[in-house]
Amino acid sequence: MSRLAEALDKARAEDRAALIPYVPVGYPSVPGSVAAMVAAVEAGADVVEVGFPYSDPGMDGPVIQQAVDVAVRAGVGMRDVLAAVEAVDSAGAVPVVMSYWNPIERYGVERFARDLSAAGGAGAITPDLIPDEAAEWLAASDEAGLDRVFLVAPSSTDARLRSTTAACRGFVYAASTMGVTGTRTTVSDAAERLVARTRAVAPDLAVCVGLGVSNGDQAAEVAAFADGVIVGSAFVRALLDAPDDRAAAAAAGRLAAELADGVRRGTGALA
Amino acid sequence: MTTSRLRPPEDRLVPVRPGWPDSTGHFGRFGGRFVPEALIAALDELTEAYVAMRVDPAFLTEFDRLQRDYTGRPSPVTEAARFAEHAGGARILLKREDLNHTGSHKINNVLGQALLTQRIGKKRVIAETGAGQHGVATATAAALMGLSCTVYMGEEDTRRQALNVARMRLLGAEVIPVTTGSRTLKDAINEAFRDWVTNVETTNYVFGTVAGPHPFPAMVRDFQRVIGDEARAQVLEREGRLPEAVLACVGGGSNAIGIFTAFVPDDGVRLVGLEAGGDGVDTGRHAATITGGTPGVLHGARSYLLQDENGQTIESHSISAGLDYPGVGPEHSYLHDIGRAEYRAVTDAEAMEAFALLCRTEGIIPAIESAHALAGALTLGRELGPDALLLVNLSGRGDKDVETASRWFGLGDREDVDPGPGLDTDQQATEGAVTSGDAVAATGAGDEL
Repeated sequence: MSRLAEALDKARAEDRAALIPYVPVGYPSVPGSVAAMVAAVEAGADVVEVGFPYSDPGMDGPVIQQAVDVAVRAGVGMRDVLAAVEAVDSAGAVPVVMSYWNPIERYGVERFARDLSAAGGAGAITPDLIPDEAAEWLAASDEAGLDRVFLVAPSSTDARLRSTTAACRGFVYAASTMGVTGTRTTVSDAAERLVARTRAVAPDLAVCVGLGVSNGDQAAEVAAFADGVIVGSAFVRALLDAPDDRAAAAAAGRLAAELADGVRRGTGALA
Repeated sequence: MTTSRLRPPEDRLVPVRPGWPDSTGHFGRFGGRFVPEALIAALDELTEAYVAMRVDPAFLTEFDRLQRDYTGRPSPVTEAARFAEHAGGARILLKREDLNHTGSHKINNVLGQALLTQRIGKKRVIAETGAGQHGVATATAAALMGLSCTVYMGEEDTRRQALNVARMRLLGAEVIPVTTGSRTLKDAINEAFRDWVTNVETTNYVFGTVAGPHPFPAMVRDFQRVIGDEARAQVLEREGRLPEAVLACVGGGSNAIGIFTAFVPDDGVRLVGLEAGGDGVDTGRHAATITGGTPGVLHGARSYLLQDENGQTIESHSISAGLDYPGVGPEHSYLHDIGRAEYRAVTDAEAMEAFALLCRTEGIIPAIESAHALAGALTLGRELGPDALLLVNLSGRGDKDVETASRWFGLGDREDVDPGPGLDTDQQATEGAVTSGDAVAATGAGDEL
């Protein structure tokens, strides 16, 4: 069975949404990012998005750009990403790689699937790969028994919601707003509408919401209508503000604890 | 000149080869759409509008009228006889895109996309620009059609290209310096895509070259193919035969695709793309994407690109900012793979030698981008020998490059330097090396991408 679906089922059984932080490997350093991931797991994260830092992150806002730029310049590569995957797995959460497509294609799609599986990864989220272009990844992830998460957006037509969710395994990533990653003061109404539209075409697939959630109250709000709450820029912001690796991990842990509380408050819509 | 009338307006945008690209934008294994899902609806809308427009008589008539009355098409073909004396006896014809309004081929595409923007009811356009030529062309079309215009430009380029920034602002555009990543054209493209995904309901992205996700490579090609359609008819009319080879510089590759397309079915005509070799492909400091790169995905399409072992984009280097791009249009990658076109690298020094030679022999100051094609013609002419007929796309004029060229040749501070054809090449290279840091940094080029 899909490891992501299993983690989301477990959260649902506890009448809550899952907490899914994103941390880019290599910021503030490779060990610092791994420590932050582990701290988030210990504070209640169910799944961790292990980010492959990429030189041209077209879907990311300034906060994530700033952090991944440091990681890219430091030469972070697949070996570091797979080591972070192992660390998250050992810490007891489900690791899923978040990567733009080119680093995976460069590494070799089948090789990536094999090595990710061996490292204990559940699968991958690919923000700039649509299922239409994903034949090689669909085959490789089937072969390796990996989950694959594609994105839907408020602008997606119903036909695309259907075809995209049909290609997903584990969950579908609902991008809550039209825009790039970054914290926002309010969670857009578009998110709830998108989740409802997505559920209507794919009732058996978990829907996790990303883009814009930064605190416990927003997490509770999203948890009321989604299966999982994805938090990226707020974690990266916490890392950017920390003076050293140790402080970064502590900050990631504190934020995860607040968000973990939030996803437990946002009950009601999942039944 | 009446030759541009050989193809009636209603046929202007019909593809030379059906299924090229296929309905989802693939040229063989290249092209496609590697973008966030949020942009798919906008790309679909654009594709649908474009497919409808290119057979819409009202659209085509208006596009034709603008090209004639505003751009000044058809652009002439000029024989460069004195220049060709240095090309082993070959004859060289120049397609004069430098004479277009705004000074390069960029206007061809921008007018088409701006008209399309009006037709789909959007009021705002955005564009990326390297050193400013595509930005200036977009700002020009936006002014003409009453559209609001925002141009993204790497911060380094806004500082170095203050003149083009001023031109865009005079034309009413907002210029936003991009401070992320390498602060160059590739980051300006990233930032323009971020704007587009955020404001897609009101905004159209006027992309400057034949790269990016479908439909841009096909659409920009179709708007640029007028170059080759005209040139092919003009060469046939004056020479009674086709040229042995057609040459053009390639950054992203829009001027090259523009002149190649009409000749693709002419198997006897060699299509030669000249990439920016910078300090030399073996030095690693270059922008020769096909010559020195590998297939991958960048900016929404699969194509050749400059990347490291982790799949990170490598920063490119060229004296010509318009060619200084680590990617290339997918159709070029395809033409390379099937062997229909060949791609060669021209170093900064070779391009600047050809630049100086054209100035001194023909009284034409070319864009440094176009000088790469001229350098390629000198070499190919010597290979082909006497009587070979070469057609070169002179894609832009070099007014914007005067400062870069002055630094390269040491003009202004050293009156005794003669950049003419008599000057020894090695000496020029040395001159360049002395100031190369400044010369590269001060690149005054336009986006011939």
